[in-house]
Amino acid sequence: MAVDTPLKGVIGDSIRRKEDDRFIRGRGNYVDDISLPGMLHMAILRSPYAHARIKSIKIDAAQALPGVVAVVTGELLAQHKLAWMPTLSGDTQAVLATDKVRFQGQEIACVIATEAAIARDALPLIEVDYDVLPAVVDPWKSLDPGAPLIRDEKEGQTSNHIYHWEAGDKAATEAAFSKADRVVSLESFYPRCHPSPLETCGIVADINSATGQANLYMTSQAPHAHRTLFAIVAGLPEEKIRIISPDIGGGFGNKVPIYPGYVVATAASLLIGKPVKWVEDRSDNLISTGFARDFHMRGEMALDDSGKMLGLRVKLLSDNGAFFADAQPTKFKAGLFHIVTGSYDVPTAFVEADGAYTNKAPGGVAYRCSFRVTEASYLIERLVESAAIEMKMDPADIRLKNFIKPEQFPYKSATGFEYDSGDYPRAMQLALDKIGYKELRKEQAEKRKNGELMGIGVASFTEVVGAGPGKHYDIAGLRMFDSAELRVHPTGKAILKLGVKSQGQGHETTFAQIVANELGIPAADVEVQEGDTDNTPYGLGTYASRSTPVGGAATAVVSRKLRDKAKIIAAHLLEASAADIEFDQGKFFVRGAPSKAKTIQEIAFAAYTNLPDGLEAGLEGVSYYDPPNMTFPFGTYMVVVDIDRGTGQVKVRRMVAVDDCGVRINPMVVEGQIHGGLTEGFGIAFMELITFDEEGNCLGSNFTDYLLPTAWETPKFETFETVTPSPHHPIGAKGVGESATVGSPAAYVNAVIDAVAHLGITNIDMPVTSDKVWAALNEKGAAE
Amino acid sequence: MLPAPFEYHAPRTIDEALDLLDQYGDDGKVLAGGQSLIPLLKLRFASPGHLVDINKIKDLDFFEERDGTLRIGPLFRHKSAERSSLLASRYHVMADAAPMIADPIIRNRGTIAGSVAHADPSGDWGTVLLAMDADLVLRSKRGSRTVKARDFFSGPFSTALEPTEILSEIRIPAAKAMTGGAYLKLERKVGDFATVAVAVHLRMDDGKVGSAGIGLTAVGPQNLKAEKAEASLKGVRLDDAAIKQAAALAAEAADPKADQRGSVDYKRNVVRVFTERGLKRASERARGGG
Amino acid sequence: MGQPITVTVNGEKRSAEVEPRLLLVHFIRENLRLTGTHIGCDTTHCGACTVLLDGTPVKSCTMFAVQADGQQVTTVEALAAGGTLHPIQAAFKQEHGLQCGFCTPGMMLTSLALLEEKKDPTDEDIRWALSGNICRCTGYMNIVKAVKSAAATMNAAAAVPAEAAAARS
Repeated sequence: MAVDTPLKGVIGDSIRRKEDDRFIRGRGNYVDDISLPGMLHMAILRSPYAHARIKSIKIDAAQALPGVVAVVTGELLAQHKLAWMPTLSGDTQAVLATDKVRFQGQEIACVIATEAAIARDALPLIEVDYDVLPAVVDPWKSLDPGAPLIRDEKEGQTSNHIYHWEAGDKAATEAAFSKADRVVSLESFYPRCHPSPLETCGIVADINSATGQANLYMTSQAPHAHRTLFAIVAGLPEEKIRIISPDIGGGFGNKVPIYPGYVVATAASLLIGKPVKWVEDRSDNLISTGFARDFHMRGEMALDDSGKMLGLRVKLLSDNGAFFADAQPTKFKAGLFHIVTGSYDVPTAFVEADGAYTNKAPGGVAYRCSFRVTEASYLIERLVESAAIEMKMDPADIRLKNFIKPEQFPYKSATGFEYDSGDYPRAMQLALDKIGYKELRKEQAEKRKNGELMGIGVASFTEVVGAGPGKHYDIAGLRMFDSAELRVHPTGKAILKLGVKSQGQGHETTFAQIVANELGIPAADVEVQEGDTDNTPYGLGTYASRSTPVGGAATAVVSRKLRDKAKIIAAHLLEASAADIEFDQGKFFVRGAPSKAKTIQEIAFAAYTNLPDGLEAGLEGVSYYDPPNMTFPFGTYMVVVDIDRGTGQVKVRRMVAVDDCGVRINPMVVEGQIHGGLTEGFGIAFMELITFDEEGNCLGSNFTDYLLPTAWETPKFETFETVTPSPHHPIGAKGVGESATVGSPAAYVNAVIDAVAHLGITNIDMPVTSDKVWAALNEKGAAE
Repeated sequence: MLPAPFEYHAPRTIDEALDLLDQYGDDGKVLAGGQSLIPLLKLRFASPGHLVDINKIKDLDFFEERDGTLRIGPLFRHKSAERSSLLASRYHVMADAAPMIADPIIRNRGTIAGSVAHADPSGDWGTVLLAMDADLVLRSKRGSRTVKARDFFSGPFSTALEPTEILSEIRIPAAKAMTGGAYLKLERKVGDFATVAVAVHLRMDDGKVGSAGIGLTAVGPQNLKAEKAEASLKGVRLDDAAIKQAAALAAEAADPKADQRGSVDYKRNVVRVFTERGLKRASERARGGG
Repeated sequence: MGQPITVTVNGEKRSAEVEPRLLLVHFIRENLRLTGTHIGCDTTHCGACTVLLDGTPVKSCTMFAVQADGQQVTTVEALAAGGTLHPIQAAFKQEHGLQCGFCTPGMMLTSLALLEEKKDPTDEDIRWALSGNICRCTGYMNIVKAVKSAAATMNAAAAVPAEAAAARS
């Protein structure tokens, strides 16, 4: 290179995170840490019933409790047209119940008091008279004619059916199936689980009654979109709304929806003229906020006798709860589920999706799902396992046989995706080598002779992230571009303002690295700001692994814009022509004369002090980036398990993960994201479950029932990489935040199935708990 | 997540504490570790008007083997049991159980006596004491009485302890030579209650079983003592047949409910499997191995 | 209503009149405005509220402030005494043992108590000791690395005075 000292902290460096400095000191600023003068506290009364008519709500006793300032009911909100609000899926959702409650835990009334304890004490003083109705908890039964109508308030809604959606080519797929040598099918249920970030949701709503300024400190993964929605829903003027999303203790999609608590706290602050804080308990969080999955899927694969895939057919029913509130691009009712052909060259496919209302909390798109890619990836990888069993082929071999080949990229899938780049055999081969596949198969054969159960699970996922091209991707109509605004100060330091919003992903460091790479300002000198809508350019936020693909691209583009201007200033300083100026490692020099260089710092100073005629002062710019395509991270995961035949307990012996997310900005940060996702996948595969009894009582609304893995259960992970850059992304990066949560559940479950398939067991739905494993073994006479 | 209001008392002597309990009767509750009680208060599943905190009373954390008895005081914490080399060397069933209570941080505060008095059918210590044929000393202002562990538990969260009494001492027959024990617990993750757990405590006598104690966790309305299984082992050689039979009897003694942790059949089977494995491990330890 | 208590928090005596039902975690966060101790659940599972009580990790959501009367409480804010990071803090940053930071104060304090007891903990020792602290972001791998790294740093620092003493003798 032309410059002798390479700049540190550019793309590819595992520099340590700048944001850590406050977190390790306990100086993070999370919503519950915020305390404003005169602040009041809000608590929410929730319905004990899943389905009931509300006959009356008496609030006198609650209002009379000393310290209670207000009690808000749906009736009061209705007077301000706030009892119902639109959802991100074009439906409506109750803010506070008026006519009926439609899920256990639904918000009935809010108490605002001078102290949190008083607000809590007032809740049992609110008298609600319910007429209990039969609850609908099974989405299949929900679609039976004669099932109780859940959304009877919705004009034109005569059943519990929400949507029907299709992708792919029905006719061509039918034809492929009719000609197929073999058809393998799998009924697979991806159960309801919950993102459960360690910090629950909350808001401090501070509306100044004199000026109308509404400062909303909120756990929000998408502050700008939320601001616009607040303006539309609450009728507040948008320029007066400032949403500040401070430090967030984990999001995982849980902090994308707008919850009733946010709306009522805001309305309360507006009506009372004081700040109002609402921070939910864990039980509130699990019983009412955006859950994940709950997809009933039936997959069918058509194959020829050699094991080549000819077609894929999927029918699915999604259980959306009482309101259709999925946070997903509006054109896709089942998210991006149609990525379901995965890593395979499947000539034709057809997906049919239907959604049903049930008496459960609303949601479905959450928990690092990349908009339902978790469900799709799970189905295809489990179906491939079934195909391997049926065809008596090794699970790695059947995948290698059907992978999209490297030379086929960019690849147009049967359901309309254009995969940007990939090299699936390479990732697979690396995983096989690292886990010692051949030796493990030998060991398995030996153990099987003794009746010992050991399994090797394989999953080769391709997922789709980086939403997305504005023509096709919008949330509530807002196109899914994202933005970066970069301003360089005279002393050569910079501020980068983003439309995305980290909840732990390390943006303050990684995005600074992009600037360092593209403009030469050291990452330590780039201050990254996110989350304050008054001070950042409009963006759609951070979820679905879109920050690096879209926000990162915007950052690279704006850095390059400034680099172009810097070249002009450099030319002026070096008395050369701009076309002859080269850039390397933060230095600008005349081509062929690297010793005659100007640093970016010198150029920055010159931008305010010594400019060529006609050039505007300053060194700043903004980019709103509309990605030309999605990106397609991929990988192969392999898991080894041992099963205790007496108890059904599954022990994960090894977990090898090969990930390809294109160029890695900060390998250490990327690896951390993968560790986290592999752990969530582990929890989902083996222990996490929200379920309901027949009356609609939620069994999984606290950590006693909703089980999260600790350091003791969580396996050790062996992580590896291949790098296949994205050809359309400015720095070749694809995004990785959700890959491991997407790809790993099938790897864990396939390992269990691989251990017991020889006994005739070909499916166990998640969570694969010890009692289910034992019951499956026992049914085949193979339990101890 | 916030308890109802209560009055708080922190007596400095046991007599003061007993006076307070006598005064408040069933509106009073002893606060020792608080790791079972305080979560209940926070969820408002219980709202006693008075808490009697015994943590400031000196010398309630005693733990000594003396005159053929292991004596444990009401403030002896799970963590101390986990660290005890005495338990590790000769009271294996207790040493096995201690690290499996809740999680490591809860074990810093929670007490054995508190756990026993709380009498959660999924609690571990009650089962251990049943297997070890422990005695429980219940003390009130009026004096002390001793109740056998097998007579102490009467249902979920229900014991012989009166509201005016403190469980002031746990007395375990000292482990002689040729004793061995084991505690096997199936939990879905650290910190979860047991799906099933089995406590085994054996005293061997000249190659045969001198006495056997088998306790069961989470498979009945209270911690259970598998008396038929115990009786089947008395005086016999601990061969595979005897172990299998005892395990089958223990499974029969279990009365589990089907729930998210598993079916009735599943839980019964784990009782059987754990009893077998527990007896084998206990017998190895009694012989001086394991 | 109020019961007078005096708790030594991070070396400083703090007195207040509190309701008996006030949880220790709320006393720390609301009364003392030390917000580095966090609340993540309502069933004593997650450990985000972990503080040291007389040097021993306790879940401050499952204790009343009145119980801490006369005792010493250490929160995360005590770690960087005089502006220098404690080795455990430096190690968490160096090994990328945190992402969102919400579990981190509890994790570090529990780890410190472990290192008091075991100077050279194995991976298993660490995972066992931390099994009462939940993390949703890191998958625990780098937390284990951080604790081992802190152990090495702290042992090396302890060895220096020992060496110096040996050299003098």
